[in-house]
Amino acid sequence: MDWNKRLPEGGVVAAVAAVAALALLVLLVPGKKADTVVEDQFPNDQFPSTYRPQHAGPVLIRDATVLTGTDKEIAHADVLLHDGKIAAVGQHLQVPPGARIVDGRGKFVTPGIIDIHSHLGVYPSPSNEATQDGNEATKPATPEVRAENSVWPQDPGFTRALAGGVTAMEILPGSANLIGGRSVVLKNVWATTTQGMKFPGAPYDLKMACGENPKRVYGEKGGPSTWMGDVAGYRAAFQKAAEYRDSWRKYWRDKKAGGKAGDPPARDIGLETLALALDKKIPVQMHCYRGDQMATMIDVAKEFGFRIAAFHHATEAYKVADLLKKNDVCAVMWADWWGFKMEAYDAIPEGIAMVDHAGACAMIHSDDAYGIQRLNQEVAKAMAAGRRMGYTIPRAHAVEWMTRNPAKALGILDKTGTLETGKMADVVVWSGDPFSVYAHAEKVFIDGVLLYDRGNSKVSPRSDFEIGQEDNGPTGGAGQ
Amino acid sequence: MKYLLPAVVAFITLSDFAVAQPAQRMHYEIRLTNSVPTLIKHGRVFTLGDKGTLANADVLIIDGKIAAVGANLSASGANIIDAHGKPVTPGLMASWTQLGITEIELVSETNDTAANQAVDSAAFDVSDALNPSSTLIPIARIAGITRSLTAPVACAEVFCGTAAVVDLGNGPDILVKAKAGVFVDLEPAGGNNNKNSRPDIWSKFRETMDDAREYWAQRAGYHRPGGSRDQRSQRVDLDALGPVVRGDEPLLVHVERASTIRQAIEYAKANRLKLVVLGGREAHLVAVELAAAQVPVVIDTNLNLPDSFSEIGATLKNAALLDKAGVVVAFQPQNDDPAHYARTLSQIAGNAVANGMPWDRALAAITRNPAQVWGISASYGTLDPGKDADVVVWDGDPLDVTSAPTAVFIKGENMPLVSRQTLLRDRYRDLSKKNPSFGYR
Repeated sequence: MDWNKRLPEGGVVAAVAAVAALALLVLLVPGKKADTVVEDQFPNDQFPSTYRPQHAGPVLIRDATVLTGTDKEIAHADVLLHDGKIAAVGQHLQVPPGARIVDGRGKFVTPGIIDIHSHLGVYPSPSNEATQDGNEATKPATPEVRAENSVWPQDPGFTRALAGGVTAMEILPGSANLIGGRSVVLKNVWATTTQGMKFPGAPYDLKMACGENPKRVYGEKGGPSTWMGDVAGYRAAFQKAAEYRDSWRKYWRDKKAGGKAGDPPARDIGLETLALALDKKIPVQMHCYRGDQMATMIDVAKEFGFRIAAFHHATEAYKVADLLKKNDVCAVMWADWWGFKMEAYDAIPEGIAMVDHAGACAMIHSDDAYGIQRLNQEVAKAMAAGRRMGYTIPRAHAVEWMTRNPAKALGILDKTGTLETGKMADVVVWSGDPFSVYAHAEKVFIDGVLLYDRGNSKVSPRSDFEIGQEDNGPTGGAGQ
Repeated sequence: MKYLLPAVVAFITLSDFAVAQPAQRMHYEIRLTNSVPTLIKHGRVFTLGDKGTLANADVLIIDGKIAAVGANLSASGANIIDAHGKPVTPGLMASWTQLGITEIELVSETNDTAANQAVDSAAFDVSDALNPSSTLIPIARIAGITRSLTAPVACAEVFCGTAAVVDLGNGPDILVKAKAGVFVDLEPAGGNNNKNSRPDIWSKFRETMDDAREYWAQRAGYHRPGGSRDQRSQRVDLDALGPVVRGDEPLLVHVERASTIRQAIEYAKANRLKLVVLGGREAHLVAVELAAAQVPVVIDTNLNLPDSFSEIGATLKNAALLDKAGVVVAFQPQNDDPAHYARTLSQIAGNAVANGMPWDRALAAITRNPAQVWGISASYGTLDPGKDADVVVWDGDPLDVTSAPTAVFIKGENMPLVSRQTLLRDRYRDLSKKNPSFGYR
């Protein structure tokens, strides 16, 4: 099942040698991206974001209950969005000229929800042989592939997630492979290209997977067939990457010293990604259910020097919460999924609350085109489970499990994830307490632009796929 | 039958369970004797029955049955549970789950949810696989679920098997009703299998049903030479279809596309079958016909994506539109694994309310309606006197995601709010403990 055509990325190395000095100059111009191997670093942004927010006039949401994402709940507060940014949060803000007023009485305002683990676009709806682009399950390590090259921007799932208040998400390759490829962070904006959805300035991540899935896929196809085989596979890949990185470093050093550098090493797209991981420029997002396997992976990361940002589907994170805290690794969990395979057997509904209580970084994720529509409800369940075991968990804190913490784990907390002044105006107005099953995301702003309005079917994106099909939803498209 | 122990051993109050260290075994030998009455005081009682909703009422349980519901009840020697004004409802019933027949989906020897053979299997009877020791049962039970219509999963053939009604009480006997209907999957399976064409599915389906009618018309002659041995189907499958072709038990059909639902309604009408629609993502488009034919629909109302071309019309409004048209609706928990995720049942109902279904109708869709659909309303589904005492006391709105039961009774038995998951929680809640299992420290 190899339907993916590898995009041509090579062929530029030779040119570099000829115009090395020029390329270096270009690189020094702020904001310029390069698609070439340059003097002292590996290239890292071959498919740059083309997303530019539409112009948005000022919006003042007035007299709402505001959960800021910074551990604060403010009653009767206003939120001002201006020039696509959060301009102010507080009580009795002045109305700027020309501002659109949103009556927030009885309503709640939160940062936009961020789903750190989604396969929208790579496993889209409808699901059939033609649309399954999420796993390059042809060999156990495929660091050369990128989820962004599989995303179908017309997946109707994006629109439904928007109606659930999701403003950004990380799209990952699947978990068939030990090393599955690069993931990509998208804004949940309507665009005809994937680059048009790409979150500007968000780092790439490397998707890796522990445990049962790689064994199941490759056990009878040459391996790995055991968990120890999995671990040997990660180590072999990173050993090769370290050697690859060192060969380029030597080449760059020799060139700089003015001596005979010889020909540059042969470029390898996959090893280049792993080398960037070793340089900690591409953090690892690691599918890993079992606590003991997380501990093993922390050691592997230390051996080679890559950084694991988070363990995903971490159903046993609660067993090693102190270890995660000590090593500054986040745990990405479901509220109550469990039991679909052996390594998910020990999941408990209190997992998120227990990891959080231990002082580690905990968050929700969906991994699912339906779950992503109700992450607020999933957090509500996790919060309630924690409260029932005696923890004090204010909703101002719980909201961070779907906003601030995923932003942190994705390296975009300086841009979004809270309602702090100057951040992107990624904001949701809820019809009521978002931790009630009855609450709806009523208005969803991304970079200050109203992209979904539950009360106005004209502000409700609809994917091309759904044009001319049955139109039975209350709004069509997003709110279907 | 449940084990009964002498009253002196079995006299255990709710508060004992609430504070006790959880025992390491899930299936307690100790049973509350049913001879000690239980009186739930001061509940906001949603009877779903003749008495409607009572703002401040008591529920009296004697001998496993609801004895009385009303204000200011008393019973000498009764265990008293004060509901403090919180909601009291019938135990919930999940429809089309695999509770009791699966432990871990991908551990095949624990998974009895589908026939492995690539042939029609009406005789694949889930009641042959029921495991009262399944850890899924306490996990679902402490979320307020006390009954399940357990059926196979959608299958790669046409006839997937025979369903059963189970309760989620302590074993060994959790079977409430065997042979509660035969499950047929009339949707193409997609992918590389032999079930991709609707005409093929329908011709197989009709032939087998014809076989079954013919077989039952002359069953005695089946083994005689020249009898009906040329039938396509095996004898065991034709036997299993008996109650269905007689119209005693329903044919459960998995159908999603509106046109296929219409076909199923027509077929059932022409052949005088009881029909229940499972799945039904486009059922709202056929709501009038379903209501007229009195065909109930079992749905996970959160399924609002075109997962396939059979589900283009999927919408969150499905439940509300069906209910409004007069269709009897029952809810399935989270559709991708309704056994492990049985506890999402109340969340599914809550989301139906959020999308337009009246609250009391949504509660009925997880209590009274499934009781009616699965033919057990004489003993379950409302808090009317005489019915089995499946009763749940909640700490808040039973349909909201932050609520949970504070007491669960199944057939009058006060169930401990303990599961394998609560035990794991308690084992790991304090990682600073000097416990040898925390060896990495």
